[in-house]
Amino acid sequence: MEDFLGSLGPLLASTIRFATPLVFAALGGLFSERSGVVNIGLEGLMLISAFTGVVGAWYSGNAFVGLGFGLAAGLIFALIHALMCITFEADQIISGTAIILLALGGTGFLMVEIFGSGGTSPRVPGFKEIPIPLLSDIPLFGPALFSQSLLVYLMYALIPITWFVVYRTPFGLRLRATGEVPEAVDTAGVSVTRMRYFGVALSGILAAFGGVYLSMGLLSAFSEGMTGGRGFIALAALIFGRWNPIGAAGAALLFGFAQAVTVRAPQDVVPNEFLQMIPYVLTIVALVAFAGRAVAPAAIGKPYRKE
Amino acid sequence: MSERETGGETAGVAEAPVVLEMRGVTKTFGPVRANDDISITLHRGEILGLLGENGAGKSTLMKILYGLYSPDSGSVFVDGEEVRIRDPKDAVSLGIGMVHQHFTLIPPLTVAENIVLGAEPRKGASLDMEKAIKSTEELCERYGLRVNPRSRVADLSVGEQQRVEILKTLYREARILILDEPTAVLTPQETEDLFSVLDELVSDGLSIILITHKLGELLGVSDEITIIRDGKVVDTVKTAGTSEGDLARLMVGREVLLRVEKEPAKGGGEVRLAAENLVVRSNTGAVAAGGVDLAVCAGEILGIAGVDGNGQMELAEALAGVRPAESGAVYIDGRDVTRLGADARQELGLAYVPEDRGTKGLVQDFTLSENNALKTYDEPPFSKWGWIFPKAMRRSAAENLRAYDVRPANPDARAGSLSGGNQQKAILARELSGDPGVIIAAQPTRGVDVGAIEFIHRQLIKQRAEGKAILLISLELEEVRSLSDRILVLYAGKIVGEVGPDATDEQLGLLMAGRGMEKSA
Ligand SMILES: Nc1ncnc2c1ncn2[C@@H]1O[C@H](COP(=O)(O)OP(=O)(O)OP(=O)(O)O)[C@@H](O)[C@H]1O
Ligand SMILES: [Mg+2]
Repeated sequence: MEDFLGSLGPLLASTIRFATPLVFAALGGLFSERSGVVNIGLEGLMLISAFTGVVGAWYSGNAFVGLGFGLAAGLIFALIHALMCITFEADQIISGTAIILLALGGTGFLMVEIFGSGGTSPRVPGFKEIPIPLLSDIPLFGPALFSQSLLVYLMYALIPITWFVVYRTPFGLRLRATGEVPEAVDTAGVSVTRMRYFGVALSGILAAFGGVYLSMGLLSAFSEGMTGGRGFIALAALIFGRWNPIGAAGAALLFGFAQAVTVRAPQDVVPNEFLQMIPYVLTIVALVAFAGRAVAPAAIGKPYRKE
Repeated sequence: MSERETGGETAGVAEAPVVLEMRGVTKTFGPVRANDDISITLHRGEILGLLGENGAGKSTLMKILYGLYSPDSGSVFVDGEEVRIRDPKDAVSLGIGMVHQHFTLIPPLTVAENIVLGAEPRKGASLDMEKAIKSTEELCERYGLRVNPRSRVADLSVGEQQRVEILKTLYREARILILDEPTAVLTPQETEDLFSVLDELVSDGLSIILITHKLGELLGVSDEITIIRDGKVVDTVKTAGTSEGDLARLMVGREVLLRVEKEPAKGGGEVRLAAENLVVRSNTGAVAAGGVDLAVCAGEILGIAGVDGNGQMELAEALAGVRPAESGAVYIDGRDVTRLGADARQELGLAYVPEDRGTKGLVQDFTLSENNALKTYDEPPFSKWGWIFPKAMRRSAAENLRAYDVRPANPDARAGSLSGGNQQKAILARELSGDPGVIIAAQPTRGVDVGAIEFIHRQLIKQRAEGKAILLISLELEEVRSLSDRILVLYAGKIVGEVGPDATDEQLGLLMAGRGMEKSA
């Protein structure tokens, strides 16, 4: 029992750490999908920003400069996705897949170009844990929740902010409307194209936060393919959470917990490979159980064309 | 009011100032001249009716006015000044509002959210929901439009949804309101409510353009009527001096039979379609039809009357095999088909005209030829050994389209490009051409012009004479009464009575309201 309680704190702390990139990416996906654009490329956007973040930090020696690089890269590639899907009415799944492939190949190639070899980059300055005075002294929860890096605190704030933006502002109303019945938005004198660009751009920036946290919060280096399907798990969290910020964040936490269990479980009881499957199995189970009942934005995936 | 033309202030309304004029408007779609030099004039505080056959070009003209289409030539004047309307935004800022034939509402959002979208009241960074609700309530109150601003649009009836559309335009301070076939989807009671709202609106100084195929309605509410045929204005008449017969003749270009003529039923035909204690659930899971028994014999038309939403749609779908029956049984020619799907039932000789042509009757993005073969593409002559023969499909489509006077009768036209009434005729052509033994027709003449109604009615009568069993489901009492040999009244998913075609309005009305006589068979 002692032992159990003792391990609970660290388990919670790593749950938060594993969930953070998922929450960022899921909330990003939410903005994009609520506007009617599927962003399957989250995985790629995270990977690109994880990499550019490290590159920025490597050259400048400053984590914040790295973050800036990462965000810029996420935004640029999201805008490419937007251009393809919204302006050129390309298939959203294909465009997203292209971004993922580009990210995998591009980062692999540039690793060699910039750092001289593939695999893992040199260590760069990352985002250190900053315990919040008083709060971090709460037994059990304190260290887990409030002895984290700046990006984690930002993630906490982002959940209610996203909720407020989506459900309580004119922008949010227009965004939701655009993903449901773009014709209605158009006849109300609001540009569907603009709303969708905003949605996809936001998804790029948020996914970039997730990516930068991976390479500069969780670790302090980039390694090839380090996202390991997190972009897809974030999409699953979005569906599981019914395209609602609170729900999506909750689902992301659940998936984060599964990953934390995987890492912390005693290795000798169950083969490691099985444990590593847990998050993915959970994702499939969640999708099967909830996908039928989840109500996706009605116009999702369909380009909007005026007559 | 402008005091410029104070020449003769004798006749009140007719002399009201002109708020809108469209002059010489022409619009072509490829070879089709949808609008050909059309001019219309709308006076302040008046209702102008637009009348014309299916495909005459009414919706096209209104879409031009609302900035959805750009005309090839012609001009528009609002309050005497020439304006350019490039998109709906321009139209809205000129005080023009439009309620489309197909609603553009967002089902998961609330009424108030739908109304303020694009012009939201703000409080700081956030949307001022309280104010949005209050403005909505005020508008509702002022014009007698009953709807709860907090309800989700998905939960509203069609009539209520239409009110939301009207409120949307009023919230944007429309002074000119375009209503494209607003009554096609309404129950008689809802129609009456709508017209009293329109009265309120015009007495408040709004001007309205109203499109409808129901001549009686136009005579009741409009001040002037412009008649369009084949994209040209035929005439503009004062409503006060005209009649249904006159209008029908102007519109179609020949005399129209407004009443159906049919032989008395032969009787004694065998039962071809039957339902036994049929229970069907609606999409929400509620029981929509609660134990319906019916039997349609060869050579008869059985009508189902009732107020919309009493289970008609679900019943029709269950009979056609597109909605599962909870319990009970369906028989075609004595064979139990309860477990069979729509395709199998169709092969047994069932034709089904669904009530919602846009989503259930046609694939909008397919050509007419493809739509024509939609149910029989897997049978010769359309296919053999897994190969499809487009030529055979086109030939059959061309024949059907010509036979049912679908315009344009072009097998390669996209179904979605047809006017509403012509889409309906295309469905009938497909369903009736296969020589079915049993026909289920739900709202077969919704949104169809008088000429085409006459045509469709004649087709149904002809099928009846050929010994087909026809189940007719319609919200139009007049239609049910004039076509049917027997009428069942559906109320709350149950059959509450059976009457003959000579039943009075009062009898039917009472039954439809659920205050039926005891069913004594
Ligand atoms: N987007 C389009 N593309 C091609 N043809 C079109 C298009 N819209 C309308 N048409 C054609 O223009 C003509 C006029 O159509 P319109 O919809 O204006 O008729 P309508 O008078 O409103 O008929 P209804 O009473 O059946 O609604 C029809 O022949 C129709 O096929
Ligand atoms: Mg029309």
